[in-house]
Amino acid sequence: MKRFRGFIIKEFYHIFRDKRSLFILFGMPIAQILLFGFAITNEINNVDIAVLDHSKDATSEEIINKISASSYFSIDQFIEREFDIETVFKQGKIKAVLNIEKDFSKKLIKESKAELLIITDATDPNTANTIYNYVTAILQNYQQSKNRNITTPYQITPQTRMVYNPELKSVFMFVPGVMTIILMLVSAMMTSISITREKELGTMEILLVSPLKPFQVIVGKVVPYIFLSVINAIVIVVLSIFIFKMPVEGSLFLLGLESVLFIITALALGILISTIATTQQTAMMISLMGLMLPVILLSGFIFPIASMPLILQIISNIVPAKWFIIIIKGIMLKGVGLQFIWKETLILLGMTVFFIGLSVKKYKIRLE
Amino acid sequence: MSIVVDAISKSYKSLKALNNISFDVKESELFGLIGPDGAGKTTLFRVLVTLLFADEGKATVAGFDLVKDYKTIRESVGYMPGKFSLYQDLTVEENLKFFATIFGTTIEENYELIEDIYVQIEPFKNRRAGKLSGGMKQKLALCCALIHKPTVLFLDEPTTGVDPVSRKEFWDMIKRLQLKGITILVSTPYMDEAALCDRIALIQDGNILQIDTPAAIIKKYPKLIYNVRADNMYQLIQSLKLYEHSHSVYPFGEFVHYTDKRTNFNPDHLKLYLTEKLLSNITVEITEPTIEDAFMELAK
Amino acid sequence: MEDNKVIEVKGLTKMFGDFTAVNAITFDVKKGEIFGFLGANGAGKTTAMKMLIGISKPTAGEAKVAGFDVASEAEDIKKNIGYMSQKFALYDDLTVKENITFFGGIYGLTRARIKEKTNELIEELGLQHHTDKLVGSLPLGWKQKIAFSVSLLHEPKIVFLDEPTGGVDPITRRQFWEMIYKSANKGTTIFVTTHYMDEAEYCDRVSIMVNGKVEALDTPKRLKEQFNAETMNDVFLKLARG
Repeated sequence: MKRFRGFIIKEFYHIFRDKRSLFILFGMPIAQILLFGFAITNEINNVDIAVLDHSKDATSEEIINKISASSYFSIDQFIEREFDIETVFKQGKIKAVLNIEKDFSKKLIKESKAELLIITDATDPNTANTIYNYVTAILQNYQQSKNRNITTPYQITPQTRMVYNPELKSVFMFVPGVMTIILMLVSAMMTSISITREKELGTMEILLVSPLKPFQVIVGKVVPYIFLSVINAIVIVVLSIFIFKMPVEGSLFLLGLESVLFIITALALGILISTIATTQQTAMMISLMGLMLPVILLSGFIFPIASMPLILQIISNIVPAKWFIIIIKGIMLKGVGLQFIWKETLILLGMTVFFIGLSVKKYKIRLE
Repeated sequence: MSIVVDAISKSYKSLKALNNISFDVKESELFGLIGPDGAGKTTLFRVLVTLLFADEGKATVAGFDLVKDYKTIRESVGYMPGKFSLYQDLTVEENLKFFATIFGTTIEENYELIEDIYVQIEPFKNRRAGKLSGGMKQKLALCCALIHKPTVLFLDEPTTGVDPVSRKEFWDMIKRLQLKGITILVSTPYMDEAALCDRIALIQDGNILQIDTPAAIIKKYPKLIYNVRADNMYQLIQSLKLYEHSHSVYPFGEFVHYTDKRTNFNPDHLKLYLTEKLLSNITVEITEPTIEDAFMELAK
Repeated sequence: MEDNKVIEVKGLTKMFGDFTAVNAITFDVKKGEIFGFLGANGAGKTTAMKMLIGISKPTAGEAKVAGFDVASEAEDIKKNIGYMSQKFALYDDLTVKENITFFGGIYGLTRARIKEKTNELIEELGLQHHTDKLVGSLPLGWKQKIAFSVSLLHEPKIVFLDEPTGGVDPITRRQFWEMIYKSANKGTTIFVTTHYMDEAEYCDRVSIMVNGKVEALDTPKRLKEQFNAETMNDVFLKLARG
């Protein structure tokens, strides 16, 4: 036990005395989270739209006012002819056109319904979708306020509500994903160079010719990083909550435990890479390239797994990040407890044990 | 016998690094493995400290079998690899403490063994190992290899790249360790250090050329060596090489070590020949062979 | 500058902050001389040499190498000297021929000249069957000899050798030194630093640096007499002990 402790102390010295690893460990994650959060946003603000108002009556004016009052849209111009719609889109500035039909107010009173066409520039499908949703939301709002005092024959209006993320705030999607990526990459990168560094420097020889068992070396190298990655995870969550106003519906404690589990999984994966790679450069390359792409593409972070071809769906099952994203979204956005995510937790646990076991096995006790 | 090596061979792909090596080392002996880069010294060491498997042959270290009892060997030997593998970003004291701890001991427990070495670097105990001079790194690495009181010490090229003063001090330290009963196997490319060992094995390209005490090896040298000197070294070497009876011509500092094919020859004939070659200030005198001479003759 | 002197050093000094690495050293090197530049690690040897080959600017004092001032004409110096070090000499992943062509090009040789020199070199070292082998696959001794020849491609007046012989076997080391002798005989000046004290014996004159100063400068023979020592190693030990 004393030997083990001595080994861990040494590892801590290495970490704190290497400015580069400290920077990667702490600086990068914070930078990334801030970047991702602010820059990549699906939200819209001050989107330029055009209005083609065939009615020009009281109701259409009210609707137009309501729309322009919102911070999401900015009415750039009024067009007079159908013909101008295409022109205005081609010019590029306008992202949507509101086409209000003739005699809007009259039709509403007489027939209890009127039509309004929302044309969006779908060259950016995501934004187009968001615009549509926002406009619809504003309209429904308007409708509700108008209908409050009127008894109408049963108007079944299909309503859409985006559950758990009603404003479709992209931050909510990104933060769990980014947190996963960062924890995964940083943890794996750090441990992957850990063993290879000893090999490169030549100190590995002496470690081998000592009574330290492979298991002690491997676990001893993982332990210090657990502490540091946990601090990292805490910082990320705190940033998300306070700067991005992300809610955490579920138990923070459970979130903490699951995060620690995932961190250990990532660290174990890093150590596995370390036992295989011969140089630090190779180790970094493998962890950066070999892990980053699967995590971004196959974890469900950006692209929904369910929409992927079957083979990719199957492959995604071996990506630890996939399971963690499910867990983290569950806790942060849905507020679920362990009873709903025990399966994913167990999978992560299993993966961790597997990686560590494999590392111990692959850890060469001789130099060949 | 502290170390017994029996017909050990080892190849890397097509290169035969060790070819049928056999020798033994007595307890408390200071045994030198003398040879240049690529001779196989490091490979042999790595096999003996159980870091590499030999392709053929077997060996015992401190009475334990290399393959079956490798764990015990690893607990009882001290190993100082080439380039003194120390943790550059740990201080002198931290390095020593680490090695003591992983061997299940403390610095205090075996301090008297390393005391006279450690006091030389103790003033720097809080300095990072990476910032030490070559000589100090050497001393620290030696302490780290000794801290768990090994019975056999393997020192792989401990003096390479270190200044002459530190080299000398190092050998003094090793000799004192020998007195404390530790068996020491040292490898070195420096032929002059060979003379400091009890027995030596000359090794080149994976083959052992000769094993004996330094004195015996010199005595076995088959020819008479003449120190030849003249004003122009380059001309001298060229002329000697062209001499029909020359056996070996090797520069040795300000002299050339010359051996003749004939068993008895008159050095005056040589002087005459050299004078004809327009060299001046010629001296030809018998001299004692050195280990280096022996090595070159055997390696030819 | 006297015709005979290819290196003239006067009060050459280099300071790093408060620390004086090279302390006002003064000496000359004659044409065709094999000059040994010795000293322990940290004595200032490497720093001094860096100034002489024009890659480090002196803090004070002056030096002329091949007639050019080290402080103001460093680029001219680089064109007129050869350099070889143990740490780097040739590219392991290029063949022998490719290395020669590459360095020949760097030294400004014409294609024709490079071809000439390549054949010369291969002939002299007996490498006819190895020209297209990667340098990395050759034994260390061969690499050193090739590297030395490469440093002479442009027939410089002075060649700086920084710890040129590693742990090669004694025979190969002597072959290397015979090449040095041959070069010196042709008039090239050799400035060599080494850890092997026995190699110091091959030099015409030797200087020993201790703590930034030149504490001894003479022929090996006279140094041994002066310090009552049998070998240069002993001279060094006596000098270092003070």
